[in-house]
Amino acid sequence: MERIIFYILAAVIVTFSFLSVTSAKILRAAVYLFLVLIGIAGFYFMVGYHFLGAVQLTVYAGGIVVLIIFAILLTEQIDNRLARPKAGMVIASAMLALLGIGVSVYSILNHVFDKKIAGQLATVDDIGTKLLSFDAGGYVLPFELISILLLAAMIGAIVIAKRPIR
Amino acid sequence: MIPGVSLYEILTISAVVFFIGVYGFLTRKNLISILLSVELILNAVAVNFVAFNVYLYPGDSQGLFFTLFMIAIAAAEVAIAIAIIVDLYRLVKSVDVDETTEMKY
Repeated sequence: MERIIFYILAAVIVTFSFLSVTSAKILRAAVYLFLVLIGIAGFYFMVGYHFLGAVQLTVYAGGIVVLIIFAILLTEQIDNRLARPKAGMVIASAMLALLGIGVSVYSILNHVFDKKIAGQLATVDDIGTKLLSFDAGGYVLPFELISILLLAAMIGAIVIAKRPIR
Repeated sequence: MIPGVSLYEILTISAVVFFIGVYGFLTRKNLISILLSVELILNAVAVNFVAFNVYLYPGDSQGLFFTLFMIAIAAAEVAIAIAIIVDLYRLVKSVDVDETTEMKY
């Protein structure tokens, strides 16, 4: 049962990520990206990281995609078709991508991974404790750095976008 | 971990999504489409982190925290990138990488 659901999710992720880089209408590309992000959130739910799945849904699917759609509406007419890339560029990029897929899948399938080390997956309780823990294995420093980074990014975005029109 | 699904299948799918993102990054000319491709690449990497965490070291949670921080950094990155794109659009009336040559020479 889980296997079937995983394969459906995988098909959704791969199909819509391909459509999102080839679609000629940019608003559709953004909606396809939204579906890819929901598929990946489903994967996080399936492996047992429910908190991560919820964060993916709220921050990525709920926040970033909406921001991108606002940017599309602010910058161009949505019924504008994107320029088709040159055939040579398409062929070269597709060759490069296929070569990359070939090399990485070949090396993944030929690699024997270490034995699994037994343990329990982190619960939401563990995540909260570890994020603010000063002990070994605690994440309070990156947590604070991320807070400063988000604040700086927010101020920077406001300053850049509010510049007077020249 | 998911019963009946091995680590190899998950890594294969994330590799495919990563290189679809690379393909989009190389072929697209619109800045926002390039941003979409970068998001695909970031997500493929995040899936790898979670898969290694769950399948090999379920007792530790480094993969989980890396992915959490990655999502936060992606949010910051998209906010800045979109502010720059909107400002650039007001300056040159286009979001095409071929036409934004202000600082080229």
